[in-house]
Amino acid sequence: MNNVYRLRKALGRTGAYAAALAVFLFAIFPVYWVLATALRPTGEIFTREPTLFPREITFEHFERVTSGVLIPGTSFWSFLTNSLIVTVGSVVFAALLSLLAAIAVARFRFKLRSVFIILLLVIQMVPVEALIISLFINFFHLGNTLDVELVNNLSGVFIVYVAVALPITILMVRNFVNAVPKQLEEAAAIDGASGWTIFWRIMMPLVAPGLAAASIFAFITAWNEFLVAFTFLQNNTDAYTLPISLQYYFGAVSIEWGSIMAASTLLTIPVMIFFLFVQRRMVSGLTMGAVKG
Amino acid sequence: MTQTLERHTPTEADRPRKAHRGLSPRARRAFAPYFLILPALVVLAVVLLWPIGQMLWISLHDYGLRQLQGQEAEWNNFGHYLHVLTDERFWSIFRNTILVCMAMVALTMTLGTLVGLLMNRLPKWASTTLGIGLMLAWATPVISAAIVYRWLFDTRYGFVNTVLDSLPDWLVGSGWQEFNWFASPETLFPILVVTVVWQSFPFVAISVLAGLKSIPGELYEAARIDGASGWKSFWHVTVPMLRPLFALLLILQIIWDFRIFTQLFILAGGVTNREVALIPTYIYQLGFASTPPNYGMGSAIAVIMTVLVLVISAYYLRTMIRQEEA
Repeated sequence: MNNVYRLRKALGRTGAYAAALAVFLFAIFPVYWVLATALRPTGEIFTREPTLFPREITFEHFERVTSGVLIPGTSFWSFLTNSLIVTVGSVVFAALLSLLAAIAVARFRFKLRSVFIILLLVIQMVPVEALIISLFINFFHLGNTLDVELVNNLSGVFIVYVAVALPITILMVRNFVNAVPKQLEEAAAIDGASGWTIFWRIMMPLVAPGLAAASIFAFITAWNEFLVAFTFLQNNTDAYTLPISLQYYFGAVSIEWGSIMAASTLLTIPVMIFFLFVQRRMVSGLTMGAVKG
Repeated sequence: MTQTLERHTPTEADRPRKAHRGLSPRARRAFAPYFLILPALVVLAVVLLWPIGQMLWISLHDYGLRQLQGQEAEWNNFGHYLHVLTDERFWSIFRNTILVCMAMVALTMTLGTLVGLLMNRLPKWASTTLGIGLMLAWATPVISAAIVYRWLFDTRYGFVNTVLDSLPDWLVGSGWQEFNWFASPETLFPILVVTVVWQSFPFVAISVLAGLKSIPGELYEAARIDGASGWKSFWHVTVPMLRPLFALLLILQIIWDFRIFTQLFILAGGVTNREVALIPTYIYQLGFASTPPNYGMGSAIAVIMTVLVLVISAYYLRTMIRQEEA
């Protein structure tokens, strides 16, 4: 009896490890394959008998991507700069605006407060994929009216990224502002601290982690965004961001898989790094309250 | 610290007057929140609210390139909606969208839950290692994921076809290196499903793991004392405790999978092949990849899609709004 039990347990454990290994391989294989393709010489890529591991490591694809010979007239560095401008810019903006709005929502009771919150929750649900046509038309007209170019140019994409990030960042930062004990502020006020002092010395240090998490969230979303950038920037290669440049390489006559995988690696690295920081919050943020404790 | 304090020594009473002449502290207090939300509100209104209204408006008018250039748009008496709802092509795309979405959601939820349960049983080192693996898949940018799957299933040099060809013919047949996975919906959609599930099951797994960890151990102990077997305590403790989490995950997955665009765009090599269109790519195609573009029709379908998404997310929204009120 005891032996049967032990055997079952051992089998169960082996099974669990085997299953875990299978899931692990399923999860990492495509990521591995990106790297493996990016790092092996072209001869090893275009073969009918590819090997699992590169026989030779080369950085030629990375060089081809960064030197811009892949598609003449384009430059990886300009794509990277565009991506950085539009992402960092929109993140900073969204962080600022959401900090202000979060303080309003967390610290004041005003008439339109719940309307505002419900608006944020609902807007967050409206799919950009559905909105894309009117978004384009709106910016086209807005640009015409204001006599600035919003389509075919990074500024439009930038504004869209700010707006798309706002609902989630406001709600996230709001939770952090809520968590700052009011007594702390009151005590400081009694000690004669001004509004600004209270803000910088008491509120900010406690809200900063939330602001950082929300910003990283917004960063990842904007950095990866494809549809809006593709729709707005299609005709202006100079304004391409990294994700659409990948698509552009991809559309070339003969697909250079090595270079595409190299470019893909370069796109992925910053996301992976940031992801490490917010992974846990990502889960709790999206399923807030469903998990108690 | 002292420095800052000294700079702001003015007392409570005279500070407001200095900063905001003409407004009593009370009025300031009343207006302050509106000033604070104003910038965010303006951005949201211009970028999202207005286009939502515009989407509705355009869907009710004949709207094409000319109207984009400034010509008056004509009211068309729900013509787009009537056309769409009687259009066989729309319904076939609609059906495909539902089927593909259901397949993605079912697989993501099942696999994610199983992996979450598995991680809960593994020792720490193993579950951490597996967690890192999951994170790699989850963190991969969507565009990179789509492209690597396109490469894995590439006709001539793709890993999958070369492996299939190296396997014995009696097992899998031959000629795989001439087989194009992306030409027909029967093979493209399954690959799309795998691509999407690969990226989305880690989120479910990690959420379920967090949920499992939050269930108090006493509950299982009580179940054991009452004589419940492992299976029974799973059904009577784990499942009820995680039900709210599952409901939320399910809704989020449905909405996310309903919106799939980039992966399909890459795998199908654009949006022109209507055979393999789903609602988001169909909207895009009507708006930006047909000559002439039909913004009106595209918007009508976009409205239908938005309504569907909002209906599906109603429960999620209700939960979130209730929490706000609590």
